Amino acid sequence: MELIVEILAAPLQFAFMQNALAVAVVAAGVCGLLSCWLVLMGWSLMGEAVAHSILPGIVLAELLGVPMAAGAFVFGLLAVLLIGGISSTPVIKRDTSIGVVFTTLFALGLVLISRVPSQTHLQHILFGNVLGTSRTDLWQVLVLGLATAAVLLLARRDLTLLAFDRTYAHTVGLSTAGLSALLLVLLALTTVTSLQTLGIILVVAMLVIPGATGMLTCRTFGRMLMVSSGGAVFAAVSGVYLSYWLDLSTGGTIVLVQSTLFGLAYVFAPHKGMLARLARARRTAAAA
Amino acid sequence: MTQTPPAAPPVEVSGLSAGYPGVLALQGVDLRLSAGTITALVGANGSGKSTLFSALLGLRAPLAGTIRLHGKPPQQARRRNLVSYVPQHDTIDHTFPLTVAQMVMMGRIPHQGPTRRPRRADRAAVAEALEQVGLAELRRRTVGELSGGQRRRAFLARSLAQRAPLMLLDEPFAGVDRGSEELITATLHSLRDAGTTVLVSTHHLDSLTELADDVVLLHRRVLAAGPPSSVLTESTLAGAFGTVLADDDRADDRTAAPSGGEEAPWS
Repeated sequence: MELIVEILAAPLQFAFMQNALAVAVVAAGVCGLLSCWLVLMGWSLMGEAVAHSILPGIVLAELLGVPMAAGAFVFGLLAVLLIGGISSTPVIKRDTSIGVVFTTLFALGLVLISRVPSQTHLQHILFGNVLGTSRTDLWQVLVLGLATAAVLLLARRDLTLLAFDRTYAHTVGLSTAGLSALLLVLLALTTVTSLQTLGIILVVAMLVIPGATGMLTCRTFGRMLMVSSGGAVFAAVSGVYLSYWLDLSTGGTIVLVQSTLFGLAYVFAPHKGMLARLARARRTAAAA
Repeated sequence: MTQTPPAAPPVEVSGLSAGYPGVLALQGVDLRLSAGTITALVGANGSGKSTLFSALLGLRAPLAGTIRLHGKPPQQARRRNLVSYVPQHDTIDHTFPLTVAQMVMMGRIPHQGPTRRPRRADRAAVAEALEQVGLAELRRRTVGELSGGQRRRAFLARSLAQRAPLMLLDEPFAGVDRGSEELITATLHSLRDAGTTVLVSTHHLDSLTELADDVVLLHRRVLAAGPPSSVLTESTLAGAFGTVLADDDRADDRTAAPSGGEEAPWS
């Protein structure tokens, strides 16, 4: 018992660990919420695209002396607009457009970094640097993360209808274009929120895997929101502790815990899990 | 003598052309529905039925002509909850984590505040709609766990709960069992008797007299319109399904498969 308390409490005597834990929990929680809609709308690739596209925004923000989040957000939106614009030409399909835009912007970011003298380490942007969270970073993440979560929860019923049945959403007078745009803006904000914890490369993991885990385990959307965000927060907390005691990459550990949850759900989930499906198949075969 | 001015008709379409320039799915369509009637929209695949519905819902801008629903353009009509829609195809995601009751609750959005928190009136409307289509006991099932006919009734319940004065139904009888068909027909009759205007597209010619007060025969233009007995004559049907069918069906319906010549289009 004392050992458990020791394991949990000891890291928290350091301010950097407190900051890291807070930032990771908020980022994972917001990712877990948003993830449900992304998975249901089939927007996983869009999450990846927005995350990679913000790299030049971060470099330029530092050059101009504006907050990193602002630059990242602007480029996230720019990516969304470019993707929409290019795929509105009938020749180019949407996934092609996504592939063109995000790789181009990511490459632009790399080129900028190679020319601009910078304090920011590429390594930290790509893979996160949650242990280096400053007080300012912490506040930024808290404000952006909580605001994003609040908007998601307030608009959740409209967003769910958008994902389920676009035509009907239109019929009852909702603006489907407006709701899609809102979801994309929230995606950009969530990416910015998670950057410190996960980095550009791994953000997409927490935008996809929690929702997928929820899909496997839940019959209703409300449950799915809880399982998805709850699981993501659990992954964040255990990831931070594991990485502290075992000296592992924090972002990587968080994602691996989340992937383990997914694996467990894939095998053991009631109804939709592999074992449940096998048992059903065997019963059907026995009955025949 | 004073007279109350007649209310605007639930649907008034004049000179409507839609589709793409050069490939018109609809050409010069005029249509006027009276309140509290059931009108069946009949036509072969590619006759422009789905295009007409898209235009009525404001999903597709007309190339020419005007559409008024209760005197309002479609955009305004939707915002004021003047129109509801029961979709044709099972394009929905069967794995979507949503129960039948939750899906029907979505029909209450026009009646709810900005966060769409269900109130007592909403719950009552959902319960009543589910009762009406015989799904009260299945309300906790997920939408994917229903049979085809049950799912069609669930979509109907969603529009019932919406309580709009005009209901559009796109092929509600396609691929449903006999029981569901009768239940849907009875529900539409009681809706009409309560004053709702119903426009329903269908292939089922044999039960039209039973179902509808009026029939509109469509093949890019309105070929005939009026009570079933006057519209459903051999010569008008030949016009809609026989001779005209032979020419291009490409004009319409992203969803409709190009219809083969041999198969009876209403089968």
